[in-house]
Amino acid sequence: MIAALRILAPGLLTTVQDLGRPGYQSLGIPMSGALDPVSLRAANALVGNNLDAGALEVAYVGPTIAVEADDVRLSFVGAQAAIDILPDTAATTGTRIETMRSIRVRRGEVIRIGSLSGGAVLYVAVEGGFDIPPVLGSVSTYLRGGFGGWQGRALAAGDRLPLCRSAAPARDECRIEGLDLRAPARVRAIIGPQKDYFSETEIASFFAGQYTVCAGSDRMGMRLQGRPVDHARGYNITSDGIAAGSIQVPGNGQPIILLADRQTTGGYPKIATVISADLPALGRLPMGATIAFEQVTIEAAQALRRDLFSEIERIGEKIVPISPAATDMAPMLLDHNLISGVVDAHNWTL
Amino acid sequence: MPDYRVLNAGDTAIVVEFGESIDRRLSTWVLALARRLDEARLDGIVETVPTFRSLLVHYDPLILSTASLAARIAELMQGLQVTEQGGRLWRLPACYDPCVGLDLDDVAARTGLSPAQVIERHSAVTYHVYMLGFLPGQAYMGDVPSELTLARRESPRLKIPAGSLAIASAMTCIFPMETPCGWHLIGRSPVALWERGPRPRALLAPGDQVIFAPVSLREYERLLAKAADGTLDIFPLDEAVEAAA
Repeated sequence: MIAALRILAPGLLTTVQDLGRPGYQSLGIPMSGALDPVSLRAANALVGNNLDAGALEVAYVGPTIAVEADDVRLSFVGAQAAIDILPDTAATTGTRIETMRSIRVRRGEVIRIGSLSGGAVLYVAVEGGFDIPPVLGSVSTYLRGGFGGWQGRALAAGDRLPLCRSAAPARDECRIEGLDLRAPARVRAIIGPQKDYFSETEIASFFAGQYTVCAGSDRMGMRLQGRPVDHARGYNITSDGIAAGSIQVPGNGQPIILLADRQTTGGYPKIATVISADLPALGRLPMGATIAFEQVTIEAAQALRRDLFSEIERIGEKIVPISPAATDMAPMLLDHNLISGVVDAHNWTL
Repeated sequence: MPDYRVLNAGDTAIVVEFGESIDRRLSTWVLALARRLDEARLDGIVETVPTFRSLLVHYDPLILSTASLAARIAELMQGLQVTEQGGRLWRLPACYDPCVGLDLDDVAARTGLSPAQVIERHSAVTYHVYMLGFLPGQAYMGDVPSELTLARRESPRLKIPAGSLAIASAMTCIFPMETPCGWHLIGRSPVALWERGPRPRALLAPGDQVIFAPVSLREYERLLAKAADGTLDIFPLDEAVEAAA
């Protein structure tokens, strides 16, 4: 039988995502990809994968997954969650583990991920990756278009996700230390491209204001609620292209920040654009969180992007073995070489 | 050389804006620049997205600085010709039977034309593909003859079927998949503008030209069955000539 992870319960919205599908936006095909590409990379690094491999993106409520392989090594990076490893599908209690680590799970055992806290998304990577064919160069799921990932949709109970490897060699498990996934005090943004559609006072009050991430937010856009932003010249523009992090202001004045599954073009004026270095943090902000913006220059934004990518290139330095005494794992071989050489950060997609 | 301005859309994209309206001339500038940029194959450009009046250029500023990108665009603008367009010409079957063109009678009433005149006017034009957007493969084609330009419906439909041929303002579209829609439905085409499957693809590209060939309901159903079998092959007219030769 093909090694697989079997989905017993899918969680709220669990999809396969990688770093997205660039190159097809001129045909109306969105980028897609992980909402938090930093956590995705960290999850892959923990199990020795290429950093841009596809992993499960779990939103708000986690799935329950049975292992149908000799054994499999998984990692969990992102929001906090109660994760239980149960001995079999009939069990109701098992061993509780933390996120931000790897773990080896045996055939028949069950991984139960509860509700997330402190963030909207959690990434579950599997050593060796999922055996899923890429569509247009990516395994990211594009829900609205119904393609990519696992059958173009969110996971459902009964799905069996094939794995590239049927076993995971015994070795020390690892955790990632010092990865700062806290919500930023302010999300930094560059003004425009349609600043002409707003008065200076409105722009100033947008940057001074505070907004709440509302229900209705999804992988396409984060809907905000706060003091409405008034338009100076109406709220319809002739459609133009949409960058990641574009903050569009529709007729009701409540901004929407466009995320991974954003439409490629749109007809609302965009007051500002979240800088690329802050997109991963934005992607993990859950509904109900408050958000405020800080205006920065493009030079500052690009320096912050450079900093973020040098941090990503050094992500391996944050990975440390968990001492065997701290786990109930079988004796493991120390294999410190595993982590070096896995960091291929040259896919600079955010 | 056309007038244009460059606007930052964050730190990894710029908008090269030629104007603010839907205008065939602006569109040809946009597509000519897109073509030149694609041909220049600059390291650091991720992709370009043409729209009615602007070109969005996604780039990586850690490879190509904003200033160098703007300078290269200024160079490429020199001597830019509106004739630099490499679009293909397509003839797409369209069924305007009222069974599938649910708003045909309504459009006729609103425009003061007969349904036959609406069909005749709509199918007499060679349309220009301004851009793709909204849904994968969805082409915005124009310009619809001025007699047929109508604002969107007051109450959008929650769902229209894939293949719906519709008009709103100066644009006409075949909607590639089921979607909510506020446009006026005047027919349906059996041609999939977006092919699903393991190797999905968009039929049309920005800059292409499209003629609609009216077909009967019966012919539409025959072509639709062929499309379902995967045997409805649609080629651009020049390639179709080559294929037949």
